[in-house]
Amino acid sequence: MNQKQKQNIQLPEGSLGKQTSTLNLGPTHPATHGVFQNILEMDGERIIDAVPTVGFIHRAFEKIAEHRAYYQITPLTDRLNYCSSPINNMGWHMTVEKLIGANLPKRVDYMRVIIMELARIADHLVCNSVIGVDTGAFSGFIYVFEFRELIYEIFEEVCGSRLTTNIGRIGGFERNFTDIVFQKLDHFLKTFPKAMEEFETLFNRNRIFMERTIGVGGIEAERALNYGFTGPNLRATGIDYDIRTAHPYSSYQDFDFSVPVGTTGDLYDRFLVRNAEIWESVSLIKQALQKMKDLDPSVFHADIPDFYLPEKEDVYTKMEALIYHFKIVMGETDIPVGEVYHSVEGGNGELGFYLISDGGRSPYRLHFRRPCFIYYQAYPEIIKGSMLSDAVITMSSLNLIAGELDA
Amino acid sequence: MLSNEYIQKKLVDKFGEAVFQFSEPYGMLTFEADKENNLKVLTFLKEDPELMFTYLNDETVVHYPDAKGKELAVVYLLQNIYAGIRVRFKVYTDIQKPDVFTATSLFETANWLEREAYDFFGVNFVGHPNLIRIMNVEEMDYHPLRKEFPLEDQTRIDKDDDMFGR
Repeated sequence: MNQKQKQNIQLPEGSLGKQTSTLNLGPTHPATHGVFQNILEMDGERIIDAVPTVGFIHRAFEKIAEHRAYYQITPLTDRLNYCSSPINNMGWHMTVEKLIGANLPKRVDYMRVIIMELARIADHLVCNSVIGVDTGAFSGFIYVFEFRELIYEIFEEVCGSRLTTNIGRIGGFERNFTDIVFQKLDHFLKTFPKAMEEFETLFNRNRIFMERTIGVGGIEAERALNYGFTGPNLRATGIDYDIRTAHPYSSYQDFDFSVPVGTTGDLYDRFLVRNAEIWESVSLIKQALQKMKDLDPSVFHADIPDFYLPEKEDVYTKMEALIYHFKIVMGETDIPVGEVYHSVEGGNGELGFYLISDGGRSPYRLHFRRPCFIYYQAYPEIIKGSMLSDAVITMSSLNLIAGELDA
Repeated sequence: MLSNEYIQKKLVDKFGEAVFQFSEPYGMLTFEADKENNLKVLTFLKEDPELMFTYLNDETVVHYPDAKGKELAVVYLLQNIYAGIRVRFKVYTDIQKPDVFTATSLFETANWLEREAYDFFGVNFVGHPNLIRIMNVEEMDYHPLRKEFPLEDQTRIDKDDDMFGR
C-alpha cells in the first residue's frame, strides 16, 4: 500500500489491453465531494492501483493555534468538519475545561447534547442524500435538505451563524436558549420523522440502490481496526465502538440510546448505520428536552469567571467584572501547565484534541486527531479491483470532508 | 481489571529500566522509552493477551527547542478499545539525527501519520515504505511546524506587524 506507484503496469493475459492507463481523478471534480486527487491505474473500467494525494486545503491550523488564545481557537475548529461544526466546537471547549478542571451544570450538558445531536443529524443527512445523488436519485436530497435548513435556523437563533458556528464558550453557552429556539426545536421534532421515513422508503428497499451498493466498497473489521477507523464506517463492519458510550462526556451516560452496528462493512451497511444514527439522535434530543424541564432555566454557563467573559452590563459598572474581562482578553489568566487529550464522537468518528499547555496565553502544541485523515489511508485498498463508478460512491459513503482531512 | 497501575507494573516487569518517567496527567498513563526500544514496547503492548493495546489512535511530534539532545518527541497514543483505556508513549530523539523506527509494520494507521510528522517536523522514520511529504509540496526544504519557523511568510513587504503585535 502506498508504494511508489508504477505507471503502465503490465496486465495479465485476458485483460482488455496490454498495459494499464493512467487516469487522474483530479482535485477539481464534480463527483468527489471536496478537493481530493487520486491517480488511478485502470484496465478499461477496472481500477488496478490508486494513489491519493491530499493537502489541497491545508490551512495550517496547528501552527496558527500556537499563536492564538484559547477562545480564539474555536473558529479554527469550526472549519475542521464543516458539516457538523458544533461538535468540533464543543469538543474543543471540553478539552479546555478538562485542562482547567471545570465542572459544568447539568443543564449546560443537556443543551450541548441537543446542539451536538442536531449537528450529527445535519452531517448524516448530507452524507446519505449525497450517496443518493451519486447513484442517480436526486429527489431524496431535495426532501431532506429542507430539514437541514431548519437545523441551520436553530443554530442561527443560538449563536448567529449557520455553517461555521463558533457556538458555545469555555464553560457553557454565550446566551440562553430563547423561546424561539424551543419552538423551532418542537417544529423540527414534529415534522422531521415523517420526512425521514419518506427518505428511507426511497432508498432502503429500492432494487436499483441495493444492487448498486451491496457488496461494494467493503472492508473487514480486522483491517478497519488496523487502519484506525472510527465512527459509522467502523460500526458498519460490526464493531460497536462509540466514544459516547466508551468514554462518556457531557452527561451522555444519563441518556438511554443504542449504538447501531452493521455486519459486512460495505456501502449499504454504512448507509443504514447512518440512517439508524439519525433516529437515535432524534430520540436523544427528545430525552434532553424532557430532562431540561426540571432544571433551573436561567443557567447556561458554569461559574468560572477566569475563563468565561462577564456580562457587558457588569463590565461597565462593576470593578471585578472589568478586571476579569481585561485579564481574559489580554491573556493574563493563570492557565495550568500540562497535557490533556480529549475526544468526542464527531460525524466521522473519534475527533481528538491533544493539547499541551505551558501556562501561556496560547497552547504550546495543539494536535487534532482527525478521523477522515486516518481512514482515508484505507481508500486505495478498498477500491482496488472495483469499477470507477463504484470508487466514486465509495468515496462519498466514507463521508470524507476535505476540511477535516487536511486541517 | 485493567488499570493504570497494572499496566505500569507489567511494563516494568518486562522492560525494567528501559521504560521510565511514568506519570498520569489527567488520568492517562504516560511513559517514555529510548528510541531504540520503541518497536519492542509497541509490540509488547499490542500482542500481550492481557494488555491488548491493538489500536493506534494517534501519532504526532512535539518540538522542544530548549531540551538539547532531545528536541523532538514522538508521541504515540494507544488504545485498548475493549476495555476503554488509553496510554501515551513518548520517544525522544535528537534534532541533528532524527531517526526513529517506523510503526507501520504493526499498525497501518501509522503510515500517513508518520508522513505528516516527517513533513512538518523532519523526523526520519527508518523503514517507512513511502516517506515523502504529504500535505506540502515536495520541493519544500524546511519543516514548518518547528518552533523556529515563523507563522507568516517573511518575504511579504506589504504588512506591518509592529502595530498589531502577532
